[in-house]
Parts: sequence; C-alpha cells; structure tokens
Amino acid sequence: MGTYITIMLSAILTDNYVLSKFMGICPFLGVSKKLDSSVGMGVAVIFVMACATLITYPIYTYLLLPNGLEYLRTMAFILIIALFVQLVEIILKKVMPPLYSMLGVYLPLITTNCAVLGVTLDNIDSGYTYMQSVFNAICVGIGFTLVLIIFSGVRSKLETADIPETFKGVPSTLVAGAIVSLSFMAFSGM
Amino acid sequence: MADIKQHSNWYEFTKGLIKENPNLVSLLGMCPTLAVTTEAINGIGMGLATTFVLVGSNLVISLLKNVIPKQVKLPAYIVIIAGFVTVIEMLMHGFIPSLYSALGNFLSLIVVNCIILGRAEMFASKNKVLPSICDGLGMGLGFTLSLTLMGSIRELIGSGSIFGISLGIPQSMTLFIMPAGGFFVLGMIIAVINKVAKKKPPQEMGCKGCPNASTCKGNGGCEQ
Repeated sequence: MGTYITIMLSAILTDNYVLSKFMGICPFLGVSKKLDSSVGMGVAVIFVMACATLITYPIYTYLLLPNGLEYLRTMAFILIIALFVQLVEIILKKVMPPLYSMLGVYLPLITTNCAVLGVTLDNIDSGYTYMQSVFNAICVGIGFTLVLIIFSGVRSKLETADIPETFKGVPSTLVAGAIVSLSFMAFSGM
Repeated sequence: MADIKQHSNWYEFTKGLIKENPNLVSLLGMCPTLAVTTEAINGIGMGLATTFVLVGSNLVISLLKNVIPKQVKLPAYIVIIAGFVTVIEMLMHGFIPSLYSALGNFLSLIVVNCIILGRAEMFASKNKVLPSICDGLGMGLGFTLSLTLMGSIRELIGSGSIFGISLGIPQSMTLFIMPAGGFFVLGMIIAVINKVAKKKPPQEMGCKGCPNASTCKGNGGCEQ
C-alpha cells in the first residue's frame, strides 16, 4: 500500500510530468486557455494513458522481452498508442456520440502528446508491476489534468492583465508557467 | 504550398535556421527544448539527433509519398520516424553513452516531436526528395541552434560554466537549471526575438505546423 501512496504523490505533485519532467508541454500551452477544454483534455489524457499502459506493459513483458527485442519498444509503443487513439475515436463516434463531441477534438492531439509515450516508457524503466504501472499512469494523468486546471486559472487572469506588448501571448504564458513550476518545486522540499 | 516548389534548395535549407525556426518562431517541439537544455552540450546532442531523424524521415516519406494511402498516413509516418529514432538511440548508446544517459527518455520521445511529424505532413509529403532533405537539414539545424542557445544561457547562469568549462563565477543561480528556469528562459528568448524582429508575438500555438491539423480539421481542439 505504501508503494501506491508514494507513486501517487510523486506522479501528481513532486515529479509532475508537465512541470518537472517537461512532457506534454504542447497541450499545456495550447489547451489550457479555458477551464472546459483543460478538463476535457485532461480526462482524455487520463483515459488514453491508462489504456496505453494496460496494452503496452504486457506486450513488452511477454512479447518483446523474451524475444530479445527490447530495442523495438519505442516503435511498438508509439504504434500501439497511435492505433489505439484512432480506434477509440472511431468507437466513440459510433457508440457514444455525446462523449465523442466532448472529447473528440482532443483525441488526435494525444497521439503526439509525449507524456503518453513517456509514461509507458517510464513504467518499464522504473520496474513497476502491472498494477503499479496502471496506477502510475492514472496518477500521472491526474497530475497533468491538475496542472492544466490550475494553469487555466492563471491564464484567465493573464488575459486581462496589462503586460508589455512584446510579452503578450506565448512569452507571458511561459513566464507564468515558470512561476507555477516554482510553486510545485516546494512539494519536493525546496 | 504550391508556391514553395519554386524556391531553390538553398532557400529550403536556410529558411529553417532563423526565419521559420521551428522552435522559437513556430513554437514546435517545446518538450525537449525545456527538458534537455540544462547544459549546452545536451542541447547540441539532442538537436543533432533530431536533425538526423528529421533528414531521414523527410527523405523516406518524400520517396513514399505516392505509395502511402491517405487513411493510414499518420501511423505510417510514425513507423518511419520511429525506425530512425531506434537507429539513433542504438548508435548513441554504443558510441556516446554519457550523452545517451543524459538525454534519457527524451531520445525515444523524438518520435512524438511535433517538428518531425509537422515537416512530414507539411513538406515531405508534398515535395520532391532533394528539397525535402534540404528542408529537414535546415529545420534540424535551426532546432539545434535554438537548443544550444537555450542550453548556453541556462548553463551560464545556472551553473556558471559553458560547455562544461567552468568560468569561475562564485555565485550561480541554480534556479536556472531547474524546471522553472527553463520556462523562464524560453519565455524571455521568445520575447527578445519578438522585440528584435518587431513583430507581434505569437498569441496562440496555432494550427499552422501542427501535425494533427488535418485530422482535427481545424476544429481547434487546442483553441476552443
């Protein structure tokens, strides 16, 4: 049980993927403009991360590892993620149109979200068991969503702030990101 | 896109360096830019690895552009890119193990670097082989240039050295080699570029150059 709590705290707070591992910066800067889209993107990411880990972990352990094909993991994992995302998109469109209209626009963006591939690779590297890996993936997704939600709040304030012309837009967003990242550093005791 | 075909190969090569720098102007590939630039040498390593993958994937994709069916082009591109990433991973593991461990998983994550997919989608799939190679080389070196710039600034302020050579500065601001410093330095560089180029700073990430623009059909998943 203790391991799970450690995994949870480190994935959500101390080793947050966006703010200290720099994965998933594109959606962090692109999607975090409004609360709604932050939540939508976050939910889609949690779902894809969990499912991607569910599929990639057994494939690595039972298919690639016994056959000495570890070096193929990058290729195998990204292909699985890309195919899985397209599959989910097609199924959602057919079976659950309301959910599709909510998450559909975010799904294509997830294929190239490096946090998803990153978490599947990290799970293998850190030697987690199957259950721990899936749990870690969900927690990383929650951490991602949390940062997106916090940051959408910061950005809505930035919209109305009086900032120098050169800093408007992306530069001010990045500097604000630095400050949010600073506040997350406190979780690791600095 | 049609007018690009008239440009010379030299133009395709040079445009990526400064004018259309994929990193600082088009704002693509932000993750490695922030993550690996704690030292200038890591920036160069990452940049050159990306350049290798970019040139290779542009070459193969422009050769195969008429063969790949439209419906499966994204998975097909990803497989090609992942192949080159695996090659550079193994080469770097074998020949430069120190850099390999410094870059860590970000070497594998070149696969999902938006620059590479973006160039495949926007350039290599529409152009002949030679311009595609020039484009890949230029964009890759432009990326290397901005990573090295980021790395030098962060290393200089954060640990008082440059390319691993200590400059004997007694007090260094460790904050700059920490994650927060990465965001800050990148924001500052983009702001300075906007000031110098006297152009309006980018307000959005924009669908321009986004590899997913075709699948998301400009629904603006990121800009709702």
